[in-house]
Amino acid sequence: MATPGDNLLEVESLRVSFRTEAGTARVLDGVNLALRAGEIMGLVGESGCGKTTLANAILGILAANARHEAGRIRFAGEDLLTMPRRRMEDEVRGRRITFIPQDPYGSFNPLFTVGAQTFEVMKWKSPLRAPGAGRGIAGFLSRYPRARRRTDAKAIAQMLRAVQMPDPAAATGKLPHEFSGGQRQRLMIALALLPQPRLVIADEPTTALDVTIQAQILKLLKELAKSGGISVLLTTHDLGTAYEICDRITVMYAGQVVETAPVDDFFRRPHHPYTVRLLDSLPRPGRALSEIGGEVPRLIDPPAGCRFHPRCTRATAICRSEHPPVTQLASGHEVRCYHPLTEAAPP
Amino acid sequence: MRAAPAIAAKLLRDPSAALGLLIILLLVAVAVLAPLIATHPEAVWDMNPRHRLLPPSETYLFGTDRMGADIFSRILFGARITLTIAIVAVGAALMIGVPIGLISGWRGTWLGETLMRVSDIFLAVPQIVLAIAISQTLGPSIENVILALSVTYWPWFTRLVHAEVRALKNETFIEAAVALGLPTWRIVLMHVLPNVLSPIIVRISLGMGFTILTASALGFLGLGAPPPAPEWGRMISEAREFLPEAWWSALAPGLAIFLVVMGFNLLGDGLRDVLDPRIRRGNTG
Repeated sequence: MATPGDNLLEVESLRVSFRTEAGTARVLDGVNLALRAGEIMGLVGESGCGKTTLANAILGILAANARHEAGRIRFAGEDLLTMPRRRMEDEVRGRRITFIPQDPYGSFNPLFTVGAQTFEVMKWKSPLRAPGAGRGIAGFLSRYPRARRRTDAKAIAQMLRAVQMPDPAAATGKLPHEFSGGQRQRLMIALALLPQPRLVIADEPTTALDVTIQAQILKLLKELAKSGGISVLLTTHDLGTAYEICDRITVMYAGQVVETAPVDDFFRRPHHPYTVRLLDSLPRPGRALSEIGGEVPRLIDPPAGCRFHPRCTRATAICRSEHPPVTQLASGHEVRCYHPLTEAAPP
Repeated sequence: MRAAPAIAAKLLRDPSAALGLLIILLLVAVAVLAPLIATHPEAVWDMNPRHRLLPPSETYLFGTDRMGADIFSRILFGARITLTIAIVAVGAALMIGVPIGLISGWRGTWLGETLMRVSDIFLAVPQIVLAIAISQTLGPSIENVILALSVTYWPWFTRLVHAEVRALKNETFIEAAVALGLPTWRIVLMHVLPNVLSPIIVRISLGMGFTILTASALGFLGLGAPPPAPEWGRMISEAREFLPEAWWSALAPGLAIFLVVMGFNLLGDGLRDVLDPRIRRGNTG
């Protein structure tokens, strides 16, 4: 693992569980994740593996029935889990860590113009706003300071050009339904970047869009993040998306990280059997589709040992009883498996 | 929000909603202009025994009652009482019910649950029974009728807003606003409240009709404004002993109540058709 100084975000052995009627579901079970400044990290896994829960945990917006059991989330040297709630809401969420939602069609309030909603975000989250300004009763009564509003308006106009909105001047006067899905996702990217964050969490930002639009949006997000030195945590179940824009990829399975690697190494030399199967499941010409047999285990009573063993062709006795440790492979390539694909298949 | 003219135009194209709106505008005009329109403004409260129970004529359009007062003039002045009771009672119920609904809908914690159970207790008893009990205890006066009606009507707003907010909380734009770190009160006022405004407006219109009906019932039972106030429900009650001979003395206030309640209900139904987000979504696909 890289030295702490390099990392913008460090998630250390994070455990989050949900109380449900069927029992306690351990949705995140000892998750480790490190994200360097300016890095684009892809968080890959099937539905229900804990990607969105991890994103919500970092933003501090877990559901009411979720519980942090253990672990730390360090962001720019501070532990977000012990930070006072008001400071977290005021200075971190939406300000230094912002969010791009999955569904651009529903992510705007249908009743107000895009401009009104953009100014609403900027009123509270503009980089020019002093931390803690206008909280409580004072905040309830406060107006948007006029000088700041003028400066923010310039920043908004500039950002709308940067996300390549057609006719940016007219865009702020329109209602959300007057935009296409791709345009709305451009607007969401603009909203996420306007507070000048250090980290953007994008939760499957392109799954709701046409394939042709997807590539444009991803390219745009990558360019803007790279030019601003902003880190991006991109959750996706689409390896193609991850390959397009990520520097590093982390694979999650049933609430645990199973493999993390730089993008080239990841696609050239995957080590975890699950990663390999995931890559094999991509459609390729001249080959039948291969699926991963079985299904994601229930997180209320997950299998003992390695959680992938019931679906793994390489599993042996030790996989069924012991949780595999992390193995360091090439630089930055880590895998959690007793029988990674570097060694010959066990007899 | 800026669609107000479009909504008004749509509303007027619906004949029954337009009729409802017309009746209500007429009621408001009558209430405001009562002293100017009334043919015998002085006879509303004065006794005039020589003209007791006269049938409708050119002088007394709706006839006279047992005191000899002009029923037409009394109906006009009664509109003021009716409108005042309805507006103040529904307004108070709105002020109590909507904030409680917003809080309990947004925060499903023990506070929200407690507030909802309290409103359930109110809803478990029929409104008229509870209103009778309250105004009977406090004594007959307009203020107490208003109090009884608002205390019994607020849970309807709470229920409505609570359900709407619970549904809205799962909308992506609310989740996005939370994830973007906007202050909670800001999210509730900017994103939640405007989106529950349509059902609230519909409920206000239906509630006005319902409240007027209940207020008249209280007046009929002698729990409303004390005599000789020209309260429509009380006027019917007083006319009972002279039925069927002096039929006009009960007909006029009865028709007035019927028309006004129908007006609010027609407008409420029309507003529901135009405003209700579910129906609107269905129309626009």
